[in-house]
Amino acid sequence: MSASLTMEKPWQRWLIRFGVFVAMVILVVPGAWVVLTAFRPNIEILARPAVWIPHQLTLRNFQGIFGLLTTQPGLPVVQYFINSLVISVTSTVVALAIGMMGGYAFARYRFRGKGALFLGFMLSRTVPGVALSLPLFIVWARIGLIDTELGLIIVYLAINVPFTIWLTDGFFRQIPVDLSEAAQIDGCTRWQAFWRVEFPLARAGLASAAIFAFLTSWNEFALASQLSRTTASKTLPVGLLDFTAQFNVDWAGMSALAVLIIIPALVLTFVVQKQLIAGLTFGGVKG
Amino acid sequence: MANVSLKKVVKRYGREEVVHGIDLEVAHNEFVVLVGPSGCGKSTTLRMVAGLEDISDGLIEIGGRVVNALPPRSRNISMVFQSYALYPHMTVRENLGFGLKIAKQSDSEIKKRVDEAADILGLEPYMERLPQHLSGGQRQRVAMGRAIVRNPDVFLFDEPLSNLDAKLRGQMRVEIKKLHQRVKTTVIYVTHDQVEAMTLADRIVIMRDGYVEQVGTPSDVFDRPANVFVAGFIGSPPMNLLDAVVASAGGRPVGRLIDGVDVPLPGDVAVREGQEIVIGFRPESFAPRGYSLHGAENSLAMTRPVLIAEPLGTETILFAELGGREVQGKMLNPRVVKAGETLEFTLDLARLHVFDKASGKSLRG
Ligand SMILES: Nc1ncnc2c1ncn2[C@@H]1O[C@H](COP(=O)(O)OP(=O)(O)OP(=O)(O)O)[C@@H](O)[C@H]1O
Ligand SMILES: [Mg+2]
Repeated sequence: MSASLTMEKPWQRWLIRFGVFVAMVILVVPGAWVVLTAFRPNIEILARPAVWIPHQLTLRNFQGIFGLLTTQPGLPVVQYFINSLVISVTSTVVALAIGMMGGYAFARYRFRGKGALFLGFMLSRTVPGVALSLPLFIVWARIGLIDTELGLIIVYLAINVPFTIWLTDGFFRQIPVDLSEAAQIDGCTRWQAFWRVEFPLARAGLASAAIFAFLTSWNEFALASQLSRTTASKTLPVGLLDFTAQFNVDWAGMSALAVLIIIPALVLTFVVQKQLIAGLTFGGVKG
Repeated sequence: MANVSLKKVVKRYGREEVVHGIDLEVAHNEFVVLVGPSGCGKSTTLRMVAGLEDISDGLIEIGGRVVNALPPRSRNISMVFQSYALYPHMTVRENLGFGLKIAKQSDSEIKKRVDEAADILGLEPYMERLPQHLSGGQRQRVAMGRAIVRNPDVFLFDEPLSNLDAKLRGQMRVEIKKLHQRVKTTVIYVTHDQVEAMTLADRIVIMRDGYVEQVGTPSDVFDRPANVFVAGFIGSPPMNLLDAVVASAGGRPVGRLIDGVDVPLPGDVAVREGQEIVIGFRPESFAPRGYSLHGAENSLAMTRPVLIAEPLGTETILFAELGGREVQGKMLNPRVVKAGETLEFTLDLARLHVFDKASGKSLRG
């Protein structure tokens, strides 16, 4: 905003562009390297001195993952993918449903202990997930949730619900109470007023909350690697570990799978990008 | 028939009581305006009628039916909000038709009634626009259109004009009045603007701090304010209010002002000597000789230098000193007056207001 208001001199503009360029390089290069690695033979990847410009590109790494090569057995990627999808979608949908109700309640109703409860939710987000892995493991082992999809779904719900509440609270707060009241005078029940007026207006916010929740679950590695064992619950990020053997790591295969993991996330983000940006800026004004 | 009656209506927020047992009868098709300073409980009272706030105590009846426990949708009311509260994701047409759609009216019926309302309010050119692409005045119209479409028993307005500029406010005020003549309905209208109250109301309810101070027609509250508060609140510029003590001069009761001026009191006030009173007179009743509404008889003449003169075209507001205070007078069909000029003012004694200082109540019978 301020850039458009203040007149900058040409050298300032170039400085800004250069800064943006450096920042983008730092952000993009590791990702690009992974993508590049996914299409190169392992020999070239491990070559010393490093080969910067690839001599040959190949799809062998991907074929390897799906077991299309005779030289090595494939991985159960399809099962991992299904696990990831089931866990991410379920935890996102449930987190959104609970979070939306919670956020609405925080935004609209006054009740005892509201401030403390809200603070509590936010503080729960300050605990790094890994710190929970040992206690979680012990409890989950006791009640038999180790290596189950349900076990991971519950964990991701615990992570996503407070965040969704925080986000949707902000969005509902921005919608004037008058609108719901006007709808009620126009003949709606409180429930109808919510679905007909407040929900459509909060949709951008809910979409961004959904993406955040989905990506959190989709990408999560630390906890999933502790709590899943077999194809019964292993997710794609945990599947990456299959490429590490005792003495060597199949970087090419790992990169190829990483690319496969990124694609759905990218597609999803692009599809809802417009809503997401609207949502982020909309929520950003929250006081 | 949709009369509205409030019986000892109380509103408490937690332990704090903000509306203290209001009684009010609004007749069928009557236009009643609630007016009072900010925070006096006007909106709260209106919202209790609408069903948007719980009624802590007392009864509210609409059309003879107790509505205390009814949700807003079952009260057959419409409300125009100060913020207009138009649905941002719906076009003007959808905004207008929303209530009918919820009531499951047929599409043709909705179209007919929406078009009718659009016609009354001149909304046809904007029907397919979203509210964000309308000016303030247009939004205001849509809000009113949404209210009339449903053909309610009672219209509630909460400061509908306060977001408009002065000129538009004047125009819309006239339109609301026309609308009420055309669409006969019971109206309760909240404002803190006493001009709006005076011009629109059949009856005015003046509120302060959660109490009703006076209920009456505009001329009632203007000519016979029940107490000092109403006297000072209604009228612009406001009534001059001067402290005085009752004394006797020539066998007649007078109010002795702080600067020693004796103001003869009207015959119909019941006062005793030594009583502390407040004497009130409107700027219209205090004018230079020859430029006033009242004649010379039954008036008190005094010569005063003009402190400030505010020419307004058809009249000039003059500030002068009386009773140790600055008072305002109104010079009709004025000539040019300069500050510092000395004029002979006359004070119309027939239109004097006298209040008891302790209770604030009017002492005129
Ligand atoms: N939710 C609430 N909780 C506590 N007190 C409230 C609440 N809503 C209103 N009040 C108080 O009730 C009193 C009346 O408020 P109300 O909104 O009815 O005033 P008003 O006459 O409409 O004023 P204005 O002209 O500013 O709109 C005020 O003192 C206000 O602080
Ligand atoms: Mg108000």
